[in-house]
Amino acid sequence: MAKKDLQSYELMIIFTPVLSEDEYKGIQKKYADSIKENGGKVSHQNAWGLRSLSYPIQKKTTGLYWVAEYQAPADLNGKMEINMNRDENVLRHMITALDKYAVEYNNRKRSKTTEAQPA
Amino acid sequence: MAKANEIKFLTSTRVEKRQKKYCRFKKMGIKYIDYKDGEFLKKFLNDQGKMLPRRITGNSLKYQRKVSQAIKKARQMALLPYVTDLLK
Repeated sequence: MAKKDLQSYELMIIFTPVLSEDEYKGIQKKYADSIKENGGKVSHQNAWGLRSLSYPIQKKTTGLYWVAEYQAPADLNGKMEINMNRDENVLRHMITALDKYAVEYNNRKRSKTTEAQPA
Repeated sequence: MAKANEIKFLTSTRVEKRQKKYCRFKKMGIKYIDYKDGEFLKKFLNDQGKMLPRRITGNSLKYQRKVSQAIKKARQMALLPYVTDLLK
């Protein structure tokens, strides 16, 4: 692509449960900023918080989940992978590409939850 | 000896017609199967956490593949177990 067009991706990370509340927020910000620095744009973030894993990962049975949807050029994910693999707070991470149906599904789901709360 | 067609039964022996399976994704127009909601994906798992075959779920090939991809992603992110024994 001549122009650097942005594909939309979704990143899900499981952090170790030993993080405190502000560490949890801090590490979310760290990854959100690292996306912004490399030319991406974080469109939505969704922190699920502490959830029990269905099987133990690295001897831990719970994890702090964090899901982020962002638009980025194709080469950003490689850089993200490197520092995510190096970070020992990250138990597991997964980057999925979102096609247009997925993006529309996410927006519809978000609008459903937001309108459900105030109503 | 009564001939076969003369035998009468108390109740009619009409075997009830099995309801035709349909692909729920095509019928409801679902285009994207989200790997994040485990509750929906559990419909396609048996109680051991294994994927149900297409002949039982009735999905079309295209959506059965999408479901299996979503289940594998959910398993990777510990949302669904690879194998369990208890009724989930």
